[in-house]
Amino acid sequence: MVMIKGRTKKSLILMGFILLFILSFFISIGNGAVKISPLGIVKAVLFQKDSVHYQVVWNVRLPRTIVAALVGVCLSLSGAILQGIMRNPLASPNIIGVSSGGGLMALIILILFPKYYYMVPLGAFTGALMATLFIYGLSWKAGVHPTRLILAGVAVSSLLNAGINGLMTFFPDRVAGVIGFMVGGLSATTWIQVGTILPYALAGMTLVQLLPQKLNILMLGDEVATGLGLNVEKTRFAFIILSSLLAGSAVSVVGLLGFVGLIVPHMTRLFIGSDYKYLFPAAIFLGGAIVMLCDTLSRILFAPMEIPVGIIMSALGAPFFLYLLRKKEAIR
Amino acid sequence: MGLEALDIHVKYGQKEVLKSIEFKISDGEITTIIGPNGSGKSTMIKVLSRCLNPCKGSVYLDGENLKNIATKKIAEKIAILPQIRNLSSDIIVEELVSHGRYPHLGFKQRLRTEDKEIVEWAMEKTGLIDFKNREVATLSGGERQRAWMAMTLAQRPKILILDEPTTFLDISYQLEVLELIKELNKSLGLTVIMVLHDLNQAARYSDNIYVLDNGSICEWGTPNEILRSDLIKRVFKIQSHIYEDDINQCLYFIPEKRV
Ligand SMILES: Nc1ncnc2c1ncn2[C@@H]1O[C@H](COP(=O)(O)OP(=O)(O)OP(=O)(O)O)[C@@H](O)[C@H]1O
Ligand SMILES: [Mg+2]
Repeated sequence: MVMIKGRTKKSLILMGFILLFILSFFISIGNGAVKISPLGIVKAVLFQKDSVHYQVVWNVRLPRTIVAALVGVCLSLSGAILQGIMRNPLASPNIIGVSSGGGLMALIILILFPKYYYMVPLGAFTGALMATLFIYGLSWKAGVHPTRLILAGVAVSSLLNAGINGLMTFFPDRVAGVIGFMVGGLSATTWIQVGTILPYALAGMTLVQLLPQKLNILMLGDEVATGLGLNVEKTRFAFIILSSLLAGSAVSVVGLLGFVGLIVPHMTRLFIGSDYKYLFPAAIFLGGAIVMLCDTLSRILFAPMEIPVGIIMSALGAPFFLYLLRKKEAIR
Repeated sequence: MGLEALDIHVKYGQKEVLKSIEFKISDGEITTIIGPNGSGKSTMIKVLSRCLNPCKGSVYLDGENLKNIATKKIAEKIAILPQIRNLSSDIIVEELVSHGRYPHLGFKQRLRTEDKEIVEWAMEKTGLIDFKNREVATLSGGERQRAWMAMTLAQRPKILILDEPTTFLDISYQLEVLELIKELNKSLGLTVIMVLHDLNQAARYSDNIYVLDNGSICEWGTPNEILRSDLIKRVFKIQSHIYEDDINQCLYFIPEKRV
């Protein structure tokens, strides 16, 4: 049986993802303690600026939904990039130390210097980037070999995680305050967080639209890519930094939600193939949609109690992902 | 002019893999590197194609050090087909071949009509037209090899560097690939550097042969100078007999036994 993997099919799937994204957006804003219809949302925002609905939508749900979407976008783009440059399906933002580096910095601030809690986003962001640079430096030996980078990443991450666990062991009384950060959550999100993550998300989205061909070439292997005139080391370094910035900005806003960066790119790839011209836009919309939907669930499932979105992500995402994996293999 | 390597040394750790290699390839010639497994042929190819920086020595393209030329500029002139290639994507043949145009495209990476014609030409030359919508990963070893070949052809290089282009191919396609290389060499003046294991093919299709043994060039010259039983005995450790092939006008050898 010949599988038709034409451009039309890919474009259709992409359109499906865009629809899903828009749908998720309205579902996320419309659901919660007060239910609002899509039409109600539009009306409230545009015409009834003094209504309760406006207050709910504009001050609470809209920033939260936007942050959820952007976090999804950043993490899935970051993962998609890393899986491409490492040519390894296990690559994810965690591998380049984003979670461990960002996490350790955030915990140092939260546990040792709780007065400076407002520095957490900046700290997490710098921590993530520093961990990435450290791992990259360690794995450099006349060039960076993807496997060496992954191994260095695993080693450094476990070292930093030891630091995280050590902190939590020495200050058990302060652990309660950091759980939210550790599992990743979106509660109490305001327009401030939107401002934090938006520049990175926008820059990332623009850049990846310009660069899919470079990643496609890099996927052919270092030597072939060199032969085709791609500066492999430079390109790989630029992409690693880009994905660290993307994932770091997400982690700094919502905490350690790294799982999205591992699973969403894979899901996208299973649906649309590995051509980055389609994979990037698809990862943007699917990543955004999935985090928005999971966040909605985290709000309404056990209302009025809220479960961190990271838990929902893993609890629902992993089984669904495994299902997809098996089903797709059966087709092949 | 052409490609020239001066005093190349390569070490992996303590192990000297290439020792003071000198290499000169003139425009429009087919040069073949032969030698036993592990003698450093692929390493040499990697140095010539800037995939590996030698510890000492430099490679010059038309008199200019490769290190000083932008890698994309080099790609307009030199195409390479490495020995080991793994594909971790579901790319189809036509796309793979069109990647050969990468160094020639502008910032927007759009294929122009001219580029599409070249891609079509490359697929035709390698007998891949019927496969163009197939996933490369689903092709047979030989078909895949031809797909990679087509990619390098689409690059329309002046110099083509191939590491064992005939591996995986049945004898018919081996011949076809070598004939194709010869034809491109004749019609376009393509300079070719390749690694072959079959000494008879090396003798028949090359203008020059370099013999690598244990990291050094132990002999180089025209096929008639190289295909000698004493040399073959020394390098490959086999007893052989050399005959003249009147039809193809070249020498050929028949191995007798290992010594
Ligand atoms: N990355 C590496 N690290 C360490 N040693 C290496 C590496 N690559 C190659 N070598 C060693 O260098 C020597 C030359 O290897 P090379 O691949 O150039 O051989 P070759 O002539 O192409 O062999 P073959 O005919 O098997 O392809 C071998 O002894 C090999 O073990
Ligand atoms: Mg080799």
